[in-house]
Amino acid sequence: MFSPVVIKMIVRGLGETLYMTLLSTALAYVLGLPLGVILVITEKDGLCPNIYLNKILNVVINLTRSVPFLILLVAVLPLTRAIVGTTIGSSATVVPLVIAAAPFIARLVESSLKEVDIGVIEAAQSMGANPKEIIYKVLLPEALPSLIVGAAIAVTTILSYSAMAGFVGGRGLGTIAINYGYHRYQKDIMFITVALLVIVVQVLQEIGMKLAAVFDKRK
Amino acid sequence: MKNKEPIIRLLNLSKTFRGADNEVKALEDITLDIYAGEIFGIIGMSGAGKSTLVRCINFLEKPTKGTVIFDGQDLSTLTRSELYKVRQSMGMIFQQFNLLMQRTALGNICFPLEIAGWKKTEAEARAKELLELVGMADKADAYPAQLSGGQQQRVAIARALATNPKVLLCDEATSALDPSTTRGVLTLLKDINKRLGITIVVITHEMSVIEEICQRVTIIDNGRIAETGNVEEIFTKPKSVAARRLVFPEDKKIEQLMGSRCCRIVFDGNSSFEPIIATMVLEFRHTVNILFADTKNIDGQAFGQIVIQLPEAKSVADRMIGYLRSKGLTVEEVDGYV
Repeated sequence: MFSPVVIKMIVRGLGETLYMTLLSTALAYVLGLPLGVILVITEKDGLCPNIYLNKILNVVINLTRSVPFLILLVAVLPLTRAIVGTTIGSSATVVPLVIAAAPFIARLVESSLKEVDIGVIEAAQSMGANPKEIIYKVLLPEALPSLIVGAAIAVTTILSYSAMAGFVGGRGLGTIAINYGYHRYQKDIMFITVALLVIVVQVLQEIGMKLAAVFDKRK
Repeated sequence: MKNKEPIIRLLNLSKTFRGADNEVKALEDITLDIYAGEIFGIIGMSGAGKSTLVRCINFLEKPTKGTVIFDGQDLSTLTRSELYKVRQSMGMIFQQFNLLMQRTALGNICFPLEIAGWKKTEAEARAKELLELVGMADKADAYPAQLSGGQQQRVAIARALATNPKVLLCDEATSALDPSTTRGVLTLLKDINKRLGITIVVITHEMSVIEEICQRVTIIDNGRIAETGNVEEIFTKPKSVAARRLVFPEDKKIEQLMGSRCCRIVFDGNSSFEPIIATMVLEFRHTVNILFADTKNIDGQAFGQIVIQLPEAKSVADRMIGYLRSKGLTVEEVDGYV
């Protein structure tokens, strides 16, 4: 049905998509996870209350999250060039992806950590645990199943963002779908790339849910 | 009481919570000594401030005014890290157990030991010892979700005892448990008090819990101490209104003691007017509950009727009916007087 050239291109596209998505997710967690933790502990009744830092972080996160991804993608081009040296290609796409995903992940982490029973935190305090010990030994481990579910949501969202990056030469399956389907009306190629994206989302989501279930000792 | 040394001293303690536009006085001018080795009860209706009080003892809540002295140290003078250290010598258990859901029973008990800087192998050995102590040795690898409420509380007790604390604070520790599990947990606490000599502070709203294990009790009402004293003293001679309300709560006790059998005694002028029910109670040494009474004394003769609820024991109830009949009264059984 497809020529070997096209198949090779699609396989390469799939590889690039996975590379962008997974690398961006990992880097976005490096920023988003601590941000989420800080959001929770600096709250008014948190472990280390700091209302000003909390307010500032909330505003910054909301601002970043309200910029549409396509606009952000273009807006950060100078930064991308400064970091990666170029604005096209899958590595270049990682920069806007991380910037867009980190605040989103911070929110996911925040909501997961807030699910941890306040009574368990109080129990840890009553045993003389300091805030750092509570974060590492109570908050994060207790929220683990919920954090994994959050990660599954994050990775699929980042995947769809990465496809959008196809419009500005981001490569991956998104670029193929746009170049062949949108610009050249080759519907079959567009269809197969979209189908592949759907499958990747399904697989990642499924892995996330399975992992969460394995780590969930609450039932 | 093993000795008369107060391990916890609360001096003129007050705690006020400030809302956006209102102030709630949770505790006012609490002064209290808790002696080493005793089981001390703090009782009060919900909202009386007893949970706030127990949290002031380990400084989970900082009192607005007043002093907390634990083992000779004024807690307000301590630095944060000193306070963390002091908390390791005060165990605490909770109404909702508050176990780490992602850790096994053994892992939960290891938690305070990790905080105290124990080596992993030593912590595990100590945790196993404690599981043994609370009768849960076979559940070391179970997660809290696989345990019943009573079992979870036992693990929580073991966890609270892990670092060899001097005091165990129990915040409504049996309130989420059914009566028979409650008894088991209370027996365990009593046993621990006896064996380890640990001071136990019990916060509860149930008089039965105080009755079961405490030696001394303080009654908190509206954030203030209503009365403090030995348990028997307060049970037999409650002085304050709050104490009386707790000791005699709307005859709930009587309902539990009584059976469901009721009988109607009709006075039709054939018997003399004498305190027949009181005499019967004295003779049988069993109480009856008077549900309804309407009698008149007409020329020394009794007219009218009394409905009583008989004791649960069938033999006693039967003999009581016989006794009343022998006094020339008409007695008929009624089921469930309404």
